[in-house]
Amino acid sequence: MKNSYDIVIIGGGPAGLAAAISAYDEGTKDILILEREDRLGGILNQCIHNGFGLTRFKESLSGPEYASRFIDEVLARNIEVLTQTTVLSLTKDKKITAINTEYGVFTVQAKAVILAMGCRERSRGALNVAGSRPAGIYSAGTAQKYVNIKGYMPGKSVVILGSGDIGLIMARRMTLEGAKVHAVCEIMPYSSGLKRNIAQCLDDFGIPLYLNHTITKIEGDKRVTGVVISKVDENKKPIAGTEMHFDCDTVLFSVGLIPENELTKDAEITLSPRTRGAVVYQNRETLVDGVFACGNVLQVHDLVDFVSEESELAGKSASKYVQEGSKIRDEVEVVNGKNIGYVVPQRLDKNLQGNVKLFFRVTNTFRDCTITAKCGDTVLLQRKKKIVVPGEMETLLLTDAKIAQASGKIEVVLEENV
Amino acid sequence: MSKINLTCIECPIGCNIEVEMVDGKPVSITGNSCPRGKLYAENEVVCPKRVVTSTVRATNGVLVPVKTDKPIKKSEMFEVMKKINQTTCKLPVKIGDILVENISDDANLVATGNA
Ligand SMILES: Cc1cc2nc3c(=O)[nH]c(=O)nc-3n(C[C@H](O)[C@H](O)[C@H](O)COP(=O)(O)OP(=O)(O)OC[C@H]3O[C@@H](n4cnc5c(N)ncnc54)[C@H](O)[C@@H]3O)c2cc1C
Ligand code: SF4
Repeated sequence: MKNSYDIVIIGGGPAGLAAAISAYDEGTKDILILEREDRLGGILNQCIHNGFGLTRFKESLSGPEYASRFIDEVLARNIEVLTQTTVLSLTKDKKITAINTEYGVFTVQAKAVILAMGCRERSRGALNVAGSRPAGIYSAGTAQKYVNIKGYMPGKSVVILGSGDIGLIMARRMTLEGAKVHAVCEIMPYSSGLKRNIAQCLDDFGIPLYLNHTITKIEGDKRVTGVVISKVDENKKPIAGTEMHFDCDTVLFSVGLIPENELTKDAEITLSPRTRGAVVYQNRETLVDGVFACGNVLQVHDLVDFVSEESELAGKSASKYVQEGSKIRDEVEVVNGKNIGYVVPQRLDKNLQGNVKLFFRVTNTFRDCTITAKCGDTVLLQRKKKIVVPGEMETLLLTDAKIAQASGKIEVVLEENV
Repeated sequence: MSKINLTCIECPIGCNIEVEMVDGKPVSITGNSCPRGKLYAENEVVCPKRVVTSTVRATNGVLVPVKTDKPIKKSEMFEVMKKINQTTCKLPVKIGDILVENISDDANLVATGNA
């Protein structure tokens, strides 16, 4: 270990790995990856199901298989990695303080930093369900870790709140391991998980999905003994008389992911209230020069393939920054307009060349609609869509030529076709 | 003639596919966006198959992630799970190592993680 590096990457999940490889291949070889866990691969290590890598490798891989392709590439380049090392703080001038058992607390200076800390699960606390707090309540990701890494089943009789993909995957996983999954309930009128996961994780096993339903009571003193779920009205208020009771010993929460940005806040890097990740330019540079962000710490991705793609871009940009320093910008802001939840990147720098893929999510399910990127009254790009859902990330490709036409502010909007 | 509605599980798009059946055979398949979806639907209405993923405990207690290297009959999933849970393996294990040959028809159980 040295006191300074050209690039320090915080997090050794798929984002950190892809960023390291591409930064190295762009010519910046003095790189350090810091990872809290005892091995590289991030959350993929516990995602033993298949379906990863279809876009990138045209194969259906398990999480560990997908991760290993990148870990092998990192090892082949002899990129320095410190595992079991937790980053404690980051400053604007790119000093990183970390801790591990070998060096204790130590500080490294980086020329460029890549944030790749991933995301964490929203907890039950964010939800406010009545009842005491007996044992047997887990987030779906925690249950996934228990079953797939530790080999221990958290329960035998399960109700799942929230239809996020991790919850759906765990419904199947626990059923295959002999548990009875009674129901998945989702407060929204649509599932936030992928359609294929509804089909292969719920329908295959006859597990019912109750849309517009939530858990209104958790019963049990020491251990969960049952739950009550109720239908909700348009304002998400439970409707009296619609209660259903299930005996169960376990409740899993799968209610969304939040980017892990404590370090980012420390360094006074501007965050977007929409994504809860940093505000970035198209090269994934934050508003602090030389600090980049990619993967789930920037925006919660559905598919790891896109995490890798985004992180390669960040790695490449960080390498360029190390070699060329910062440049004068010609800025255009990108904002979410009608029916759009967020857009990444939030800024474009016209001095950076190349086409730009805008990533965004819609706020509701819409059929027969038109998505438009416009600058004042000038339409830059328009796409008709048969159906869009909030659970799936959408993209628009803005070409160089279109970006050249833009000034001030680009707004992305969705209009329903009449 | 009868109609069967399916969600294709071959990729994250999840197309809705409609299959028209005559005498238990698919005669028309619509809604798929690519040839993989057609193949999926053809198999799904005759004999649905799935890849099963799980873990196998190594002799030192570590869990090794595993999958069937081909889709197996959906009706045999629990049978295959039983066999997986009776399997142990010795370390080291590398991705692609066969842990059980022909666990169901011609599908093998293979490791999907290095341990
Ligand atoms: C429980 C769970 C299950 C998921 N399942 C799927 C799935 O089935 N399919 C799918 O496509 N996506 C899934 N996702 C989304 C998945 O996170 C992304 O696809 C992908 O793993 C994101 O990569 P990443 O590198 O950004 O984040 P991660 O994989 O989360 O990696 C971040 C890494 O940073 C490390 N880290 C964080 N903070 C620090 C620190 N302060 N110091 C040092 N290291 C730190 C973490 O230990 C971790 O290894 C899941 C997410 C979660 C939380
Ligand atoms: S039909 Fe093709 S595009 Fe549609 S879900 Fe199946 S594999 Fe994907």
